[in-house]
Amino acid sequence: MIKFDNVNKRYESGQDALGRVSLEIGRAEMVFLTGHSGAGKSTLLKLLTAIERPTRGSIIVAGQNLNRLRNGQIPYYRRNLGIVFQNHQLLFDRSVFDNVALPLAVAGCSKREVGRRVRAALDKVGLLHKEKQNPIVLSGGEQQRVGIARAVVNKPALLVADEPTGNLDPKLSEEIMQLFRQFNAVGTTVLIASHDLELIARMRQRVLTLQQGQLIYDGYPSREPAY
Amino acid sequence: MNQRINPSSQPTPVAERQRAAGAVHARTSGGDRLRSWLDHHREMWRESWRRFFAAPMSSGMTALVIAIALALPAALQLGLTNFQRAVAGWDGQPQISVFLHKRAKESVVMDYADQLRADPLVAGVTYISPEQALAEFQQASGLGDALVGMESNPLPAVLLVRPAGSDSAALESLAARLRESALTDSVVLDMAWVQRLAQLTELGRRMSAGLAFLLALGVLLVVVNSIRLHIENRREEILVVKLVGATDAFVRRPFLYTGLVYGLVGGLIAWLLVSVGVWLLAGPVSGLANLYGSGFRLDGPGITYFLGLAGGAALLGLIGAWLAVARHISAIQPR
Repeated sequence: MIKFDNVNKRYESGQDALGRVSLEIGRAEMVFLTGHSGAGKSTLLKLLTAIERPTRGSIIVAGQNLNRLRNGQIPYYRRNLGIVFQNHQLLFDRSVFDNVALPLAVAGCSKREVGRRVRAALDKVGLLHKEKQNPIVLSGGEQQRVGIARAVVNKPALLVADEPTGNLDPKLSEEIMQLFRQFNAVGTTVLIASHDLELIARMRQRVLTLQQGQLIYDGYPSREPAY
Repeated sequence: MNQRINPSSQPTPVAERQRAAGAVHARTSGGDRLRSWLDHHREMWRESWRRFFAAPMSSGMTALVIAIALALPAALQLGLTNFQRAVAGWDGQPQISVFLHKRAKESVVMDYADQLRADPLVAGVTYISPEQALAEFQQASGLGDALVGMESNPLPAVLLVRPAGSDSAALESLAARLRESALTDSVVLDMAWVQRLAQLTELGRRMSAGLAFLLALGVLLVVVNSIRLHIENRREEILVVKLVGATDAFVRRPFLYTGLVYGLVGGLIAWLLVSVGVWLLAGPVSGLANLYGSGFRLDGPGITYFLGLAGGAALLGLIGAWLAVARHISAIQPR
């Protein structure tokens, strides 16, 4: 599903954010990406979501070489991704329903289809009864669930989450993780960047650890993750 | 759909997972996409109006600035059109008045007139006898009483010569020939004032065109600035929709419609301003026309004028929005 081959990212400031990173994530895998801040997690996610382009090396996602992606193709590439943000990036000038419907509106779904899919996504995250509310009145955990509903509403093959539990307490974090596990169970590839090592340890999934732009660990931590 | 999600289920075989992943991939058909594209246009059109009236003060002021900038050249244009219509009766055809010597015999003058009529440079000749001239003068000037006391008719006979062409060199040579005749006292080429009028009209037209150009530029700048503010206000939304796969066209659309709405409303208000102006002036103008014995009435801004104004304003709004969007939207990229 995802293949990084000797990927190097140097920002214009001259800072090397990623150096010669190679990794492979299979279809329907669930993988955690961890590391201290500044280790290159965000850069890796930005490369994956085509926000940034690699300086060297190639990135292939779902058979598509991101190096060869023209600027005009980026929107279409992103429609096959689900992105969950730490600060959920909801728009407070519209209802929960309209927030979740955004990727479908962008992709040009029919009205009926939009209604069906948005309700299905909201149902999955358990917020169907709040579709008409403004997300600003929801709690932090609920807002993040709306963010997740928006990320999965177009049924992406790959779900990318950047610190999805960053601002949540352990119980809510656990719930969010369960949601990701459910999507993974139906075949969605899930990549979650997180520094919540305890949570990651409990999830017992594959872990990638970055340190100063290098991939220093790739494996299944049996009891304690390597950090 | 829900039954597929079952957290407590046994791990699914890899092959089945892959099939599922393939099947859940979002697809949209071409017809759906077209319909949804049209839907989006319709929705953006409605939304721009909603946004316009959601902030009536600021959008109203922007529209008013546009309206005033448009109303000025539009009113000038309308004034020129009316002016041209008013003087349309005075055709640009030059006329040469040949004042004859007072002692010239009428029969000789008639022969001379016939001779002139045969000239290829002459389209027609009208003879006005001294008596006719006097009668006309008394009627037109209202100075008839002053002439009653005179012993003899002071007016000479006149030949009004209409030249065949309006080429000024040919006219001059014709006038020169007329001047040479022994019968002629003096020759007046009644062309100068027509030319002056034409020049003045042309001057007015060019000035109004120049003014229209400058003010259209002003309208563009106003729209560019307003749309830039709109874009800044919706920066976060732009970032989010770009991240969920919005094309640039999708992001541009609401702002283009907003520009269009600004232009349309500005055009509408401009039309109202001009209409009110015409309505205020109509009374005095027709009074003035009556005093000159003319049935002239001020032409109001009609439907074509309205369509032209609104269409032009909408186009300006759209172009302004394009300029703003081209400059500012590409600068907003997810970081």
